[in-house]
Amino acid sequence: MLSIKNLHASIEDKQILRGLDLEVKAGEVHAIMGPNGSGKSTLSYVLAGKDDYEVTEGSATLDGQDLFAMEPDERAAAGLFLAFQYPLEIPGVATMTFLKTALNAQRRARGEAELPTPQFMKLVREKADSLSISTEMLKRGLNVGFSGGEKKRNEVLQMALLEPKLCVLDETDSGLDIDALRIVSQGVNALRAQNRSFVVITHYQRLLDHIVPDVVHVMAKGRIVRTGGAELAHELEARGYADYLEEAA
Amino acid sequence: MNAEVRPIRTAAESGLIEAFEAARAALPGGETAARLREDAFRAFAAKGLPNRRVEEWKYTDLRAIMREARPLVVTLSEADVAASRDLLPFGDVDAVRIVFVNGRLAPSLSQLNDAPEGIRIVLLADALAADAQHALLLEGAPADNAAIALNTAFASDGLMISVDEGVSVVKPIHVANVQTGGAHAAYGRVLVSVGKGASLTLVESHSGDPAGHQTNTLIGLDLADDAKATHLKLQDEGLGTLHLATFAARLAARSALTSVSLSSGAAAARQQVFLAFKGEKATADINGAGFAGGRRHLDSTLVIHHEAPGCASRELFKTALDGEARSVFQGKIVVQPVAQKTDGKMMAKALLLSNDAEADAKPELEIFADDVVCGHGATVGAIDDELLFYLMSRGLPKAEAEALLVQAFVGEVLESVEHDQLRDALSARAERWLRERD
Ligand SMILES: Nc1ncnc2c1ncn2[C@@H]1O[C@H](COP(=O)(O)OP(=O)(O)OP(=O)(O)O)[C@@H](O)[C@H]1O
Ligand SMILES: [Mg+2]
Repeated sequence: MLSIKNLHASIEDKQILRGLDLEVKAGEVHAIMGPNGSGKSTLSYVLAGKDDYEVTEGSATLDGQDLFAMEPDERAAAGLFLAFQYPLEIPGVATMTFLKTALNAQRRARGEAELPTPQFMKLVREKADSLSISTEMLKRGLNVGFSGGEKKRNEVLQMALLEPKLCVLDETDSGLDIDALRIVSQGVNALRAQNRSFVVITHYQRLLDHIVPDVVHVMAKGRIVRTGGAELAHELEARGYADYLEEAA
Repeated sequence: MNAEVRPIRTAAESGLIEAFEAARAALPGGETAARLREDAFRAFAAKGLPNRRVEEWKYTDLRAIMREARPLVVTLSEADVAASRDLLPFGDVDAVRIVFVNGRLAPSLSQLNDAPEGIRIVLLADALAADAQHALLLEGAPADNAAIALNTAFASDGLMISVDEGVSVVKPIHVANVQTGGAHAAYGRVLVSVGKGASLTLVESHSGDPAGHQTNTLIGLDLADDAKATHLKLQDEGLGTLHLATFAARLAARSALTSVSLSSGAAAARQQVFLAFKGEKATADINGAGFAGGRRHLDSTLVIHHEAPGCASRELFKTALDGEARSVFQGKIVVQPVAQKTDGKMMAKALLLSNDAEADAKPELEIFADDVVCGHGATVGAIDDELLFYLMSRGLPKAEAEALLVQAFVGEVLESVEHDQLRDALSARAERWLRERD
């Protein structure tokens, strides 16, 4: 599904990713953990196509398609979704309008017909309900006046609606209370499927109790420095990152 | 030596002088009207077209913009009336419509006799013939302002509208101005008085074909005590037109004015707003949205005079510019010593969609009272790349993401229109601009 080889990327001449390799197969859930500043968000932005970053070496493909040859919207239509660590607020764009515009843009890009409004409304209501997002919130400007946790739930709502192939979740658990964590995890688990993969970036083992990963990676200084099973997260929880920081240096 | 320098007349100035000489005898009104027109024209001719060295016209050099004077249309042709039908906006809005084509009343398109109870609509020519000379006087706005002086000198077709005390007119009155056919000059003048406790919605529209027309319109609005008025303006002139517009309102005690304008047309447009608060605790909300691409020029110039205590004024102007377009916002709030407890706020925001677009803002406060809250601000910015990326990452192509952000930007202004059909029509016009960016 996702294949990243020897990825190097920099921002403002500062090298952040330094030869990162990652293979995610269809249906798998991979967790990436790692100290602050190790480049986890950078990786997610580079995959999604934020143009502040420069890819200096390496490749990334999604089902064989070269991600770096596509604009961000084309990557989305190809099935990539990034749940932002810090979702943005857009006053004046109603959440509902935004969801509809996004869904129809992707359908159009894939040559599918736009979804008629009544069907769309029904679909949104259903998915919003399961994430405890009220109709009132959907009428508000996108993320405007949403609490931190509500913003994260709104990211998962978008994901559920757009049904991507590859979901990259950048610290979607940060800022969630215990109930919200369970709601969001259920939302993610409901999306798990044979032909859908997840890259879950997190600092907390707690999330991985809900969304059980197939593979856990440790990222430090712009590279994957260790890969293991779900038990690796427990080990990190107990021992921290000190070992890896020395190794990677 | 103190000799007065006589400016050399430009072709446009000479043309205006000739046009006035040719037209004056046939302009409506008796002797007094003729004298008022003469005075106004002289005031104009003494200074000529204002150029960038005249402070209020610094960013809109009318002498440079107006190369020649277009002819007046003396008789309106049936062909032009027919052609104007397709250019009329707000066709499906339930309103009393009065249409001026090429500056001339088009009776066949107008509903002059359908005025609701309690409102009188009189043609300017009839009013002047009956000696209502005050139709040519405009208190609260500077008489020597070039656009106003020319309007006073030349205005022939127009309206006087009055709403009786206590009457609420629900149906909007739509004054439509359409320009079509050969390039010409058109003057329009509408004077409205809303009686004590009465209310009115006035809609003005300006549209036309792309020829190089010159339009000069004036709306004077008088609100009596406790009166309410909503004023909506669509300036959607053809892209060759020079549009000069004046909106002057006088507000008596506890009256309330809401004005929303959308400027989406004209090669060059200047809209002047003069507000005078004459009675205590009156309020005015003046909102404007504008779009321009190409090499178009949009000027909004506001002068707000607070001359009574406890009044509140709010102005919000938002403009999106593409290509090499330019916008100008000049806003001045003057608070007289008697106008204690004045609450005045003014804000201009410009969104630049290209590197070659330019927005200038000149806010001014002149405050002579000590117990007031006044403020103004201006921002100029580009589309936020972070927001653009967020939308694109959800599958919106760049153009669509930009359009959504521009719509959100001006939405704040257009959403202040309470009338559903009119708001939808303005939003649809905004959407069209976002597709065409002309
Ligand atoms: N615009 C920028 N200019 C310069 N440096 C930047 C910029 N953006 C990110 N960086 C740097 O890149 C490095 C990696 O940042 P990144 O956000 O990818 O880390 P992270 O692993 O997601 O951290 P966290 O766990 O705190 O979210 C950091 O050292 C950061 O300061
Ligand atoms: Mg991060």
